[in-house]
Amino acid sequence: MKFKVLIVEDSKVSREHIAATVEAVDGVEAVTTASGFEALKLLPRQRFDLIITDINMPDINGLELINFVKKNPNYRDVPLIIVTTEGREQDRSRGMALGAAGYLVKPFQPEDLEALLRRFLKPL
Amino acid sequence: MTPGGKALAEFVAEATEILDALGRDLLALDEARGQEADPEHINGIFRAAHSLKGLSGLFGQERISQLAHAAEDLLDRLRLGRLTLDDGVLDTLVDALDTFQALLGEASRTEEGPELTQRTRDMEDRMARLGSPPPAVEEDPLERLELDATVRAVFTEYEEHRLRENVRRGVALWRVRAAFDLTDFDQGLADLNARLKPVGEVISTLPSSRPGGANGIAFDLIFGAKVAAPSLEAALRGTPAELAPLAVRPPQEGAPGPAFDVPRPPPEDVDAELLPPDTDEEAPDEDAEPPGGSTSLATVPVPPIGSPPRMRAVTPPPTVVGLQAAASAPLPAGRPKTEETSLRSLTQTVRVDIGRLDGLINMVGELLLIKANLQRLAETSRQDGTVALSKLFGQELSRETRQLERKLEALQEGLLEARMVPVGQVFDKLARLVRKIAREAGKEIDFVSSGGEVELDKLIVEELSDPLMHLIRNAIDHGAEGPESRLAAGKPRRAVVRLRAEQKGNHVVISVSDDGSGIDEVRVREVALSRGLVTPSQVSEMTRRELLNLIFLPGFSTRASVSALSGRGVGLDVVKNNLGNLSGIIDVWSERGKGTAFHLTLPVTLAIVRALVVGVSGRTYAVPLNSVLEILSVQPRDIRTVERREVLDLRGQTLPFLRLGRLFHLPEHEVNRHFVIVVGLAQQRLGIAVDELFGQQDIVTKPLGGRLSRVKGISGATDLGNRRTVLVLDVAELLEEGIAQERRRA
Repeated sequence: MKFKVLIVEDSKVSREHIAATVEAVDGVEAVTTASGFEALKLLPRQRFDLIITDINMPDINGLELINFVKKNPNYRDVPLIIVTTEGREQDRSRGMALGAAGYLVKPFQPEDLEALLRRFLKPL
Repeated sequence: MTPGGKALAEFVAEATEILDALGRDLLALDEARGQEADPEHINGIFRAAHSLKGLSGLFGQERISQLAHAAEDLLDRLRLGRLTLDDGVLDTLVDALDTFQALLGEASRTEEGPELTQRTRDMEDRMARLGSPPPAVEEDPLERLELDATVRAVFTEYEEHRLRENVRRGVALWRVRAAFDLTDFDQGLADLNARLKPVGEVISTLPSSRPGGANGIAFDLIFGAKVAAPSLEAALRGTPAELAPLAVRPPQEGAPGPAFDVPRPPPEDVDAELLPPDTDEEAPDEDAEPPGGSTSLATVPVPPIGSPPRMRAVTPPPTVVGLQAAASAPLPAGRPKTEETSLRSLTQTVRVDIGRLDGLINMVGELLLIKANLQRLAETSRQDGTVALSKLFGQELSRETRQLERKLEALQEGLLEARMVPVGQVFDKLARLVRKIAREAGKEIDFVSSGGEVELDKLIVEELSDPLMHLIRNAIDHGAEGPESRLAAGKPRRAVVRLRAEQKGNHVVISVSDDGSGIDEVRVREVALSRGLVTPSQVSEMTRRELLNLIFLPGFSTRASVSALSGRGVGLDVVKNNLGNLSGIIDVWSERGKGTAFHLTLPVTLAIVRALVVGVSGRTYAVPLNSVLEILSVQPRDIRTVERREVLDLRGQTLPFLRLGRLFHLPEHEVNRHFVIVVGLAQQRLGIAVDELFGQQDIVTKPLGGRLSRVKGISGATDLGNRRTVLVLDVAELLEEGIAQERRRA
C-alpha cells in the first residue's frame, strides 16, 4: 500500500513542484490542495500519512491547520511538515511549537524533502 | 516545446498573474494616497511579493527572486506597522513593479542584460534604505487583551500585528463562533465573511478544535468591529454565528497612549455608530462587559471621506512645478524617466470561462451525433450498392448536412468567443501608467476610463497596449497643459484624459482624448511643408481634417518639432502602422483650446472573418466583409475624372475610386459595367472596382512570408478550399492608397 501525502499550498507552481518531488519517491502518492479549507474537507474523507503545508495562505493559515490537526484525536498522529520562505522565523517556530514535525525553507532541494519523507514515512 | 521552454512559459504565466494582482492592489493604494491604507491591499501586495519570491526561486530566476525578497522585506515592515506608507514608499513600489515587469520580460526571452541587473540592484538598495523610526515603545497592547494563549499561538506574525493594532485603537473585538456542515462550510464562511467585512476586519479564522457535531466543523473568527453591537448582530442575523466579546483591560496607569494616531477612515454611514458600545441598552445579550468600552475613540480624527471614484494624480513635488507646459521639460534629478517598457503581456494564454468551454464540449457532442447519422447514411448507401438512391435518402442527407453546417458555425463562434477578453485588462495597466507619467510631467490629470468590459480578440488587446500607451503619453506630455496655464485659460486646474471603448457593430472604437490645448493645424502645415512631406499646392487644397491627418506621416514627428508645436507626435506613424497590422485605422479630431481625440477603429477579431470573393482580370481576391459597406453596379460613364483622379458620385457625395486591376498592374479589358465595392473604416470611404463577384466565404488569413509581406494592399493569403489559394486585400492600406493617390494627383 502506498503512503499518502497531503500537500496544502496556494501557489500552483510550488504545489506542483512539491507534488512532483513527493511522487518521485517510490511508494508515495501525493494529494494536493490549494487552501486550508479544502484540507479541512479532505481530512475526514481520506487517511493521510503525512501533511505538508504552507503557512501564508488566504483562508486559514498553516498554523491553524497544524493546531486543528494536532488537537483532533483522529488526526493528531499524522506528522506535519511546514514549508515557508526564509525570514519567517516566528511563524516557523510557532508551527514547531504547535507540533509540526519538521520544516522546509523555500526554495528547497528535492533531496531535503526526500530526506524528510524518509524520516516520517516508515518503512520507506 | 522543450521541457525547459515549457517550464519557462509556466513560470512566466504564473509570474504575470502574480504581478497583475500586485498591480491591482498597488493601484488601489495609489488611488487612496494621503488616506490611511487598507491593510488588505498592503497584505495583498506582500503576499504577491512573497509568492513571486518562492516561484522565481523554484525556477532559478535569481534576479527576480532577490528583488522579490527585498520587496517582501519592505512590505513586511509596512504590514507589521514598522514603516509608514508615504509617497516615497509608494513611488518605490510602483517603480519596483516596473522593474519586475522588465525582469520578467527578459526572463521570457532568456536574456539577462547588465543594465537591468544594475537597475534591479539599485531598486533593492532603494527599498532597503527606506525606513522611518519605529514608534515609541509602549506597553504591548496585546497584553491587555484577554485571549487564551493557545489561541494566540496559532496567529501568524501578521495576524498578531493586526490584532495589536485593533486593540491599540480601542476597536471592539469579538469572537464570532459558527458551526457548519463539513460539506459546505467554505460557503458558509464566505457568507459570514461577506457580512462581516463591511462592518469591520476579520483578523483571523480559526478552525475550532471542538468538533461541531459528527459531520460538522466549528470556526472562531477573531473580529474587530467598526460598529456597535446591535449593528453587528443585525449584520449576522440569519447566520449560525454566535458572538462573544473579547475583553480588553484599559491601558496601565501612566502608560503612554497610542504612540501615533493613524486616522482610519470610517465607512460613511456609520459615523454615529463608531463609538464603542457604552451603555447597557446597546450592550449585546452576553453578560460580559462591553468590549473596548474603556478605551475612548473620541480622539480618532475623522478624515474627509467620499473621495471621488475617479483617479487623481498627486500634486507633483515642488521641483517639478513650473515645468508643466514644456513638452521638452527636463525631468527632475534623481527620478529617471519611465522607460517605455511594453505593457504587452508576456504570455500567450487566455483564461476561458468554464461555462464557455462546457458549451463547446456540448457542441462537439452534437457534432458526434451528426457524424453517427452521416455514417449510418453512408453505410446504407453502400449496402444498397448499385440501386439508385431514393429521394428520401437525399433529403435525409441534406438535412444532416445542414445540421452539420449549423453546428460548425456555432462551434466556430464559440471558439472565437473563447479568444475574447475585456479591453479592461489593458486599461488597468494604463491607469497605473497615467499616474506615473503625470507625476513625471508635473501635470495634474484626472484619468477616466470607460467601456473596459468591451471584448476584443486577445491578440488585438495585446497589440493595442503599446499604441494606447503612446497616445496616452502624448496626451499627458503634450496635450494637457500644466495647472497654471489651464487656470490662465479659464479651465479647471486638472486636465482630463479619457480612455473609452465602445462596440459599434463588427468594430470596436477606442478613443483617447484630452481636454488640453488641441493641435495647431497651422503649425502642422508649416512642419509638413518644411519637411517636404507635402507641396504648397497640396496643402492649399486640404481641409482642416486632412491637415490634422498629416501628423501620421512618417517623418512628420520628431521630438523637436513636437515640442515647438505644443503638439503631439512621439511616433504617431508607428502607432498608425501598429493599428494597420490589426486591420484597424486611426483618426484624429482636435480643436484649438478644447482638446484632442484619437479614435481607433478595430475589428472585433482577426482569427476568422467573412470575406467577399471577387475577380479582377481573371484573378481571384478576398475582401474582408467587415469593412465592406455596400456593393454598386456602375456604368463606365458614371465614373468622372476630377483633377485627374477618378471619382464616383454616391448619393451626392464624391467617392474616391480605385481600379484594383490598375493598382496591381493587371491587363485591363473593356467592360460594360463595373462592380464597385464600397469599403470604409471610420470616416474614410473608397470604391474599389472589380470585374466579378463570386460570393461570400469564411476565411482564415495567413500572413505572407518574406518579401511578399510588404506588398501594398495585400494582408495575406487564404485557402478557399479545393486547394485554391487567393490573396486577401488589406482594406486599411487600400484606403490609404486611395487617399495617397488623391494627394499625388492633386
